[in-house]
Amino acid sequence: MFGDLLPIILLSLYVSGAALIIAAIIGVPLGAGMALKPLPGQRLVDLIIYTGMGLPPVVVGLAVYLLLSRSGPIGFLNWLFTPSAMITAQVIIALPLVIGLTSSAVQAVDPALRLQVRALGATPAQVMRTVLWEAKAGVTAAIVAAFGGIISEVGAVMLVGGNIEGSTRVLTTAIVLETRQGNFGLALALGVVLLTFAFASNFVLLRLPGRRS
Amino acid sequence: MKRTILVFLALALLFSTFAIGSVAAQDGGTTYTVQAGDSLYRIAAKFNTTVSAIQSANGLTGSAIRIGQVLKIPASAPATPTVPNTPADPSTLILATTTSTADSGLLAAILPYFEARENIKIKVIAVGTGQALAIGAKGDADVVLVHARSQEDKFVADGNGIDRRDVMYNDFVIVGPLNDPAGIGGLSSAKDAFAKIAAAGSPFASRGDNSGTNTKETSLWTAAGLKPKSGANGYVALGQGMGETLLYSNETGSYTLADRGTWLALSAKLPNLTLLVGGASVKKNPDPALFNPYGVIAVNPVKFPKVNYPKAKLFIEWITSLSIQRRIYEFGRSLYGESLFYPVAKTP
Amino acid sequence: MNRPFYRLANVKQIYNGRAVLDVENLAVERGEILAIVGPSGAGKSTLLRLLNFLETPTEGEIVFDGTPIPRDPPLDLIRRATTVFQRPMLLNRSVRDNVSFGLSLRNIAPDGRVADVLNRVGLAGMETAAARELSGGEMQRVALARALVIRPDALLLDEPTANLDPYNVGLIESIVREQNESQGTTIVMVTHNVFQARRLAHRVGLLLNGNLIELSPTAEFFDSPRDPRAAVFARGEMAY
Repeated sequence: MFGDLLPIILLSLYVSGAALIIAAIIGVPLGAGMALKPLPGQRLVDLIIYTGMGLPPVVVGLAVYLLLSRSGPIGFLNWLFTPSAMITAQVIIALPLVIGLTSSAVQAVDPALRLQVRALGATPAQVMRTVLWEAKAGVTAAIVAAFGGIISEVGAVMLVGGNIEGSTRVLTTAIVLETRQGNFGLALALGVVLLTFAFASNFVLLRLPGRRS
Repeated sequence: MKRTILVFLALALLFSTFAIGSVAAQDGGTTYTVQAGDSLYRIAAKFNTTVSAIQSANGLTGSAIRIGQVLKIPASAPATPTVPNTPADPSTLILATTTSTADSGLLAAILPYFEARENIKIKVIAVGTGQALAIGAKGDADVVLVHARSQEDKFVADGNGIDRRDVMYNDFVIVGPLNDPAGIGGLSSAKDAFAKIAAAGSPFASRGDNSGTNTKETSLWTAAGLKPKSGANGYVALGQGMGETLLYSNETGSYTLADRGTWLALSAKLPNLTLLVGGASVKKNPDPALFNPYGVIAVNPVKFPKVNYPKAKLFIEWITSLSIQRRIYEFGRSLYGESLFYPVAKTP
Repeated sequence: MNRPFYRLANVKQIYNGRAVLDVENLAVERGEILAIVGPSGAGKSTLLRLLNFLETPTEGEIVFDGTPIPRDPPLDLIRRATTVFQRPMLLNRSVRDNVSFGLSLRNIAPDGRVADVLNRVGLAGMETAAARELSGGEMQRVALARALVIRPDALLLDEPTANLDPYNVGLIESIVREQNESQGTTIVMVTHNVFQARRLAHRVGLLLNGNLIELSPTAEFFDSPRDPRAAVFARGEMAY
């Protein structure tokens, strides 16, 4: 049984891990940048991001499906029903969380500290790095929250991945499938694996240095 | 004299089994009188033309035709496209199909042979018939294997699919709680059973997902002269797959319509449900209305140039070939004592 | 006479339509300690931000060591000045990491510089302590060490002792004086403590409502100010 589960577990970690890394690489600097230097119309951007944080994953799945469909605008990528499509959807789900929570964490750093860092001769990039490091507990919370959101998400990956055995079947879609087939025991085992991931990521978060301050 | 009549009748019968309608030449095309068992697709295939060509020649909008109707057949058009087909990914074939073929284990039992023979990876998207056809209608699958004839014909008529072939059939059964509050056990007619369930106001769980099973269920309600609404008179539309719907019925003591394959595969996990209408096996099903045919259709490469049409065509030939049809017949016999699917296609 | 280290000409800084600073002419001499006094809201901190190139003036020109400052000042120019603020603004790291922060921004290996400067501010051997867990006076001395270690040409002090006890005030004043005397660092300090200005500065300027209304050598500022408002301020009688 474990032999069948292992590829599903690994694919779950691969898809959500890759999506998280991409979302973090894009979202952390964006969130920090928006906190450090608000754009004109920042309130509208905030509104969009906060809406995005509550975006129903299945709506993201639908949009990504239509984009990646062979008759869609970027169908030429040939990504539909592949892990790439699932990663794309999960990046979109994770990005608002990473941007919004990073931005909040960076805004919580005293603006006077930013001024001090500049006064000590920091370039804008160095200011961002320093402030992100000061806000690392909040930034990590953003990333962990995003990971929890995407690894446990089922609607989008089901739509754009297709739950193809050996190719796009991940923990959540496998749980749906096993439940549909009445295999509650197996479904429950998969659920425990999923819970373990959520537990492990939160454990990492709570053990992080600088958490107390 | 009596002998002559008998011989004549026998000849007529023989002739009619070939289902050849009366054909008369007409400028540039022909006319055809619709026979029993005909569909626009079959007629189009017979005359090497397309469904849409017949529709436009006769001013038809849907796929409905009636026996005896005289159709104009336009001059033949090539049935298979000659446009250059450039598959987005020649190394995979995307099969959009129903949950029943995948969940029953049939596909896992036969597809590896095709994958090995053609050195190709088949990606199975197992959803309801409605969604499978919708995926095909966006060109996101290469071939579909579904079970809702009216939807399949529309799919072909809309130009989304070509080369439709019958593959296999099984049947639907009505299952319900052990105490059978509506008293339908042993009825030989599904629509009568539905009428009794409605009259008793007993709970009924509908797939409600536009799947092949859901399509069949709707047609049975229509035949019974009823139009149930979700939330009223015990009827609920779940919007779920077959497995979920059976599990729901098991928990809530509801009646439901199920394909026999999924019912057989799951019945051990459904202690509160029993088969009430449909007989002990496909062959013993007393109601022809519960017949459940599966068709295979290639997604139209003219409309969607990126589909893997060459492999889809090979797949259709393969799944209707004698050896695979035999495998379909054998599938499940050792486990359930009967076939879950019965082959219908003949080798060309 | 030597070329002034800073020269401000007709510098105006306008926030939301209000001029918070309007200095017609100010020259800061190389190697002097200039104290800027004045009540809260007089524009003292704004002036220091301009001198550290953290802001560019709405109008006017700042010439720094002979170079007119463009709107987007180059990094090597910015890095010749630094500021110690009223609050120590330490990073949530060790004392060593805080003190060497400016060096790491400049990719300079700290070598012995951190230990030396900690010794000067009376915090020898405190490298590994968590900076934010020190006392207020110690934290401000870490902040001062962090500024001194980069060997700035201009050291800007924005009320650096306002929240401190007399012991730490005296300690910091002596470090500042010693830095000026031994290294020749040009120092501009903002304070509303006229006594501190009298103790430390070579010259004292008075900012009122953004205008520099008096700028004289310290003795002159306190003994014979030209502007009557400076006389009131010098006697410590101005309400602020």
